[in-house]
Amino acid sequence: MTEPKPVVAIRDLGKTFGNAGSETVALSDISLTIQPGEFLSLIGPSGCGKSTLLRVIGDLTRPTAGTIEVNGKPAARARTDRDYGMVFQAPVLFDWRTIEANVGLPLEIIDMPKARRAERIADMLALVELSDFARHHPWQLSGGMQQRAAIARALAFEPHLLLMDEPFGALDEMTRERMNTELLRIWEQTGTTIVFVTHSIPEAVFLSSRIVVMSARPGRITKIIDVDLPRPRSDATRESDRYFELITDVRESLKLGHGPRTDEVEESVMEPIP
Amino acid sequence: MRYVRYYAPAVAVFIGGILLWELAVRALQIQRFLLPPPSDIAAALVTHRELLLQAGATTLIEAVGGFAIGLAGGLAVAFATARFALARGALMPFAIAANAIPIIAFAPIMNAWFGVTSPVSKMMIVAMLVFFPVMINTVRGLTSADAASLELMRSYAASEREILTRVRIPNALPYFFTAIKVGATLSLIGAIVGEYFGGATVALGRIIVESASFLRFAQAWSAIIVAAALGIGFYLIIIGIERAAMPWHASMRGQS
Repeated sequence: MTEPKPVVAIRDLGKTFGNAGSETVALSDISLTIQPGEFLSLIGPSGCGKSTLLRVIGDLTRPTAGTIEVNGKPAARARTDRDYGMVFQAPVLFDWRTIEANVGLPLEIIDMPKARRAERIADMLALVELSDFARHHPWQLSGGMQQRAAIARALAFEPHLLLMDEPFGALDEMTRERMNTELLRIWEQTGTTIVFVTHSIPEAVFLSSRIVVMSARPGRITKIIDVDLPRPRSDATRESDRYFELITDVRESLKLGHGPRTDEVEESVMEPIP
Repeated sequence: MRYVRYYAPAVAVFIGGILLWELAVRALQIQRFLLPPPSDIAAALVTHRELLLQAGATTLIEAVGGFAIGLAGGLAVAFATARFALARGALMPFAIAANAIPIIAFAPIMNAWFGVTSPVSKMMIVAMLVFFPVMINTVRGLTSADAASLELMRSYAASEREILTRVRIPNALPYFFTAIKVGATLSLIGAIVGEYFGGATVALGRIIVESASFLRFAQAWSAIIVAAALGIGFYLIIIGIERAAMPWHASMRGQS
């Protein structure tokens, strides 16, 4: 038996912003391996570099130290090979395109033939349950529906890896919980590896198979917590004792990171939009 | 029915205004050559219809020709400068400054350069008037795509050309249409004012100047009415194109 090839392999990674003299260390000494099929959350206070780490994985910014491999190749290569899909905090849908055209955008860029593209778009819209809204424009949809469209678009390539940067941060709590359940269904259906950045402890516990707790200034990994909640998870999960134990666990770990401002991580869900 | 209710107040104001004008001129015994009543202007429109039609055609050709030249030039320069930050830094301050000066002041010079009687001199004035707003707004539109959209395209490893056609150009459309709506109005102003300084005899600007100097104000007004109709028509055509080109835009919502 050989070990499965990791989707993401990060060794001694660091990221420093700014010029000599006025440097900000965003990430320091990050080592992390993400296995295929994992649902891994990055959680930590503002300024802990969790979004930066995600962007490094997506090659949207370059590290200043250490190495990173995605799908066994350099991150830049993985990006040009379109190995991952990305979902941002804002849906970033184009108003001039219908929902189906928005979902089809990445497929147009790889020149997928029209017939196959239409088929894939239909599949993706069905996956996020937006089939009835294919011809609508983004502004005609609610925030939660827009974010579902963005997820469909990110999955259109059928990537092995889905990078999500606080995708539900701007949604109200009820919508967010519904989206969490939906996301788990999609994750189970597609088998995609997900790296998920969040501010919310309950969200991280409910979704993840592993939680990476980070501390700020410089951003480093404080602790990695395995989430052994049974699957499939449901509303009942949110009421189980183990769920609350894990929430306490994550909260304690955040304090342990003795980031002076752990108060920035909220335990409930509502979150100011930056 | 909805249209009737929507436009009824405006139509009522228009008709009321004309009536008030007519009555005021008669009741206050304003001298007809100073302010002819609408009935006189209407009569002049009918009497001189052939001359006005011909003059309108001349002026319209100058305006539309100049508009096309200014539009093509503005777009060409905008796309070139939007692509190269260095060119943008070098050119934009001058373009913005040029946009702020009264370009119409160059009209006599253009007449001297390209010939007083030639329509080309008027087209050049119009082209200059249209060029700057089109160029500046298009550059703004092409360069103002939001960072998240560009990052999304980067995550797809999209080429510069794909980013241009799929993000930057659609993003620039609202800016572009704002510019050409201004340009449409400016183009008739440019053509007519250019004609004030000399030009083909059968042109709206000439008719206005000459009728006024001979105190034939009803005729001058009739030419102004034709110019107004051309200006409004040109503007409406552009609005029609705008609606067809970007039905998705916020300003169009709830209208379909």
